[in-house]
Amino acid sequence: MRQVWQAILAPWQTLPARQRRIITWGVGILLLLVFPVLDRSLKWQTLNDVTDVLVLVILALGLNIVVGYAGLLDLGYAAFFAIGAYTTGILTWPPHGLEWNFWVVIWAAVVVAALCGIMIGTPTLRLRGDYLAIVTLAFGEIVPIVMRNLGNQTVSIGPWRLMENFNLTNGVQGLNPVGRPWIGGFEFGFDPAPWYYLILLIAAFVIFANVRLQDSRLGRAWMAIREDESAADAMGVDPIKTKLLAFALGASFSGFSGAFYAAKLQAIFPELFKFNLSIMILCMVILGGMGNIKGVVIGGMLIQLFDRVVLTQTTLIARGVGQTLNIAQLATVDLSLWRWFFFGLAIVIIMVIKPEGLFPSAARRAELHEEVEEQEAGDDK
Amino acid sequence: MTSSNGVVLEARKITKQFGGLTAVNEVDLVIRKGTIASLIGPNGAGKTTFFNMVSGFYRPTSGQMIFQGKETNGLRPNRITGLGIGRTFQNIRLFANMSALENVLVGMHCRLTTGWVGALLRPPAVVQEEARARRRALELLAYVGLEGQGDTIAKNLPYGLQRRLEIARALATDPQLLLLDEPTAGMNPQETVDAMALIKRLRDELGITILLIEHDMKVVMGISEQITVLDYGTKIAEGTPEQVRANPRVIEAYLGKGVAYALADTGGAGVYGTP
Repeated sequence: MRQVWQAILAPWQTLPARQRRIITWGVGILLLLVFPVLDRSLKWQTLNDVTDVLVLVILALGLNIVVGYAGLLDLGYAAFFAIGAYTTGILTWPPHGLEWNFWVVIWAAVVVAALCGIMIGTPTLRLRGDYLAIVTLAFGEIVPIVMRNLGNQTVSIGPWRLMENFNLTNGVQGLNPVGRPWIGGFEFGFDPAPWYYLILLIAAFVIFANVRLQDSRLGRAWMAIREDESAADAMGVDPIKTKLLAFALGASFSGFSGAFYAAKLQAIFPELFKFNLSIMILCMVILGGMGNIKGVVIGGMLIQLFDRVVLTQTTLIARGVGQTLNIAQLATVDLSLWRWFFFGLAIVIIMVIKPEGLFPSAARRAELHEEVEEQEAGDDK
Repeated sequence: MTSSNGVVLEARKITKQFGGLTAVNEVDLVIRKGTIASLIGPNGAGKTTFFNMVSGFYRPTSGQMIFQGKETNGLRPNRITGLGIGRTFQNIRLFANMSALENVLVGMHCRLTTGWVGALLRPPAVVQEEARARRRALELLAYVGLEGQGDTIAKNLPYGLQRRLEIARALATDPQLLLLDEPTAGMNPQETVDAMALIKRLRDELGITILLIEHDMKVVMGISEQITVLDYGTKIAEGTPEQVRANPRVIEAYLGKGVAYALADTGGAGVYGTP
């Protein structure tokens, strides 16, 4: 068996590294492009789920800029996703009478999300570490509640009625329907393939932006601030401005996915953007490896794979086993209700065994492993 | 840029109070272009507090700090760095998990112009700027004796080289005035001699004015042209190494009153050793 493998791999390994990279990338991109065809002909019916997974991966990549690059712990990132989605909903919901073109709206969502990032960042980014985490946590709680309560507002000062039954977000029911994208005469509908290609395009752009930003003057400034904010300040890096840019750029990426998600789901309501979502995105970043683009992408996919495939399949298996062995608890079990238990468990295990994540960036690996070695050296004494 | 009389840094009755404690009390200091000046004094004399006021980490309670004719009171550290004051730290504060080259490149931050749009689109101007910055950073690494160490993670460098990297990073900010906070602390005698030679080269070859805090009297007496002595936040003496060494108030501050009288006749040689 081993010899067979070697015989297959030998010509591959003789190729120059550059050619190997081009071929790997080429095959990868080709696979992504023909995936809808494969999916349809093989009757996998996974395209819709894969599209949703990519939405979350894009969110994880946006959060990676804030948490991974600049080291700012943001516990309310879903709020920016909500803002992107609601911007899209408000500008396209028919009762509002606006019904803007989706291709304009998606950019509006990006700009609004970035502006909200700056708005929440300006007063709070002077705070360090834990304090910022608490502020973002609160922000993440505030946004869905504001969206819920902006359904029917009457504002009056004395005799003046400024607003009467003003309905911006349609409260708990949410906005439904949301405007779909058009290309020429073609409207995106129930066929998942066009959505898949659109999100693939957005994902490609977001990954490209992550790569470019990381290896730039700005990316270095973010890492310097993560390492030692005062020293970075003394080296001429303006900490407030730099952190604000991380917040705004991170938020703008969630604007993309928010707009896409709203249009695809055709309905948005406050329940979609709860604290759990922020934590799930954060888990993706931490599990994969903060600051590493490949790690964040794979980490995000693993968590989603677990959530959507492993949990449902094991539920079916467990029920089967329960029925054959006649164990009532097992026969009616629904493991997907236990997803947060498993996420929590996974994070605990990762933090204990591999705190730098599955695919760490070089800097994180250096950081965490050195400390372990130092500790061990200290223990010997 | 430089004012006509060649003064780089001037402190006028600069004072810093922390609550009821006066850490630096009405200190006047003038440093001329091209000087190597030292700030000495017993522990807790206010040297580092003074440094932090020059570099913008503390805002003076009263008095004026003037750098090249411009008042810097209340400016943030990154602005002051932009004006041309570089610094190192007493306990090394490198970006420990970044490579040596990246550390130096961060130092160049305020001399580069690429914003987030430039980083995303990467037009030719940005590519050229990055290439220039990298070349310059490698030159600086070589200059302080870190040739070929560009890819080493900063914290994996030996102690003496970390001190040098901190100097390279400060040089990358393109300073007129360089503040060195105990540049030879923790070094062995050979490393200390090398560090002194490097500091001299910075002034002689690059024309950078230098202000340093140092406890090692061999270093202070060996390279400084101007020494200012602080004690309990007050300036008690100033002058050339010879003048300061013979000053009874200085000996008193370091060793107490009795010893000061006993040693006054020897010109302080017993206290400081020979340069």
